[in-house]
Amino acid sequence: MHGTVFSVILFLFIYSSEAQDSSLLTLLKEQDKPSTSNVSATFKATHIANLQTVESPAKGDLNFIIMHRFGKINDGSYNFFGLDNATLRLGLDYGITDRLAAGIGRSSLEKTFDGYLKYKLLRQTEDGKMPVSVSLLETVSNYTLKFTDKTYLNAKYRTTYVSQILIARKINRSVSLQLAPAMLHFNLVPTSKDNNDVFAATVGGRVKFTKRMSITGEYTYLPSGQINSRDVKNSLSLGWDIETGGHVFQLVFSNSQGMTESQYITRTTGSWGKGDIYFGFNISRNFTLKKK
Amino acid sequence: MIRLLSLTLLLFWNASSFAQLYVTSDGEISFHSHTFLEDINAENKKVTAILDPVKKNIAFSMLMKGFQFKRKLMQEHFNENYVESDKFPSSTFNGSFTGELNKDKEGAYPVSVKGSMTIHGVTKMVQAPGTFTVKNGSITGVASFKLNPADYNIDIPFIVRNKIEKENTIEVNIDFKPKK
Repeated sequence: MHGTVFSVILFLFIYSSEAQDSSLLTLLKEQDKPSTSNVSATFKATHIANLQTVESPAKGDLNFIIMHRFGKINDGSYNFFGLDNATLRLGLDYGITDRLAAGIGRSSLEKTFDGYLKYKLLRQTEDGKMPVSVSLLETVSNYTLKFTDKTYLNAKYRTTYVSQILIARKINRSVSLQLAPAMLHFNLVPTSKDNNDVFAATVGGRVKFTKRMSITGEYTYLPSGQINSRDVKNSLSLGWDIETGGHVFQLVFSNSQGMTESQYITRTTGSWGKGDIYFGFNISRNFTLKKK
Repeated sequence: MIRLLSLTLLLFWNASSFAQLYVTSDGEISFHSHTFLEDINAENKKVTAILDPVKKNIAFSMLMKGFQFKRKLMQEHFNENYVESDKFPSSTFNGSFTGELNKDKEGAYPVSVKGSMTIHGVTKMVQAPGTFTVKNGSITGVASFKLNPADYNIDIPFIVRNKIEKENTIEVNIDFKPKK
């Protein structure tokens, strides 16, 4: 009898001490709180193709972007299928804080200058309490191309404002989607049949297929009846993103030649069906100017 | 029977009195990689750790997102592309040490720590020399060792291979306080 009780107690004792040994890590894991941090890298770059993403450079980071589109693929062999022509936008984005970024750009198309402020209003959290990231984008652009017959075109008449709300969700580690309604205001429109205030909405997304590569796409819906003096198509772009350290390299196919908001939303004339496809690329390079 | 029970109770009582645990939730673990092209330094100041100086067991755990880099883009790439923090949020160590450690006597105690390290979902046995310092009722553990990311299936692409040292230096500095 004594022997049985003793061995049971001995067993209990050994068991309890063993349980304690292995519980060191278990004790710790109970302490580890689930992460409430913000979801990072919803998109790899500040643009999908032409559409700006919710992403902006971190505080003290400078992002240099070269956006380049060749001519139309259907230009034929004489123009080397578009490769003889090029449109370029050079841009600089700087992170003033982790939430606020400012950018400037210059496009060769109509010799356009653009500047913007982007503010990360809401950020998606890992615990799901905040399901989306929302950034506000305010852009102003001004084209400086000279017309000898239109001397009345002063700086005010050449200016366009675009307000865009960027709403994005990283659905899982590879799929991210963004919806971006936009309101455009033109100080001057070509004819009285055109609206000065134009509404449009763009959807975009990416699907990562390796850790550093993704397929992207974006489509802009411009409700009809707003721009009547010229034939405007909805912008559709497809891309392939490759990330290598501080660079993001994006190959782009688009029916838009312009790369700023006012151009790709309201000045897209190309038709995918007819082969009016501009091939091009975006290259962005990140520089850390101020280390935290 | 009574005597046996009281003996057992005594044993239990002894065991519980010895089981004074030392804990912290703000231990520091950093890693460093130095190459001609790039210096990478990251620090995690929210390491949770637990120490049993009598049974000579030690464990620690940290969230990979807790590593702070000077360059935010590097931090994003670390989490997204290298350690895949969404799939493997935390790294842990669970092991024991050999060598003397008297929690009641102030001084430095060189020890050898051995145990299983789990990073990126891969568990490996590691062994490293370290030092415990007992002072003012707390125990500070310091260790430094090398770790090869390839051992933990952390893939480093060809294009940045000469920017990241093959073996990273891990520095551990954990200040344990008695558990209340």
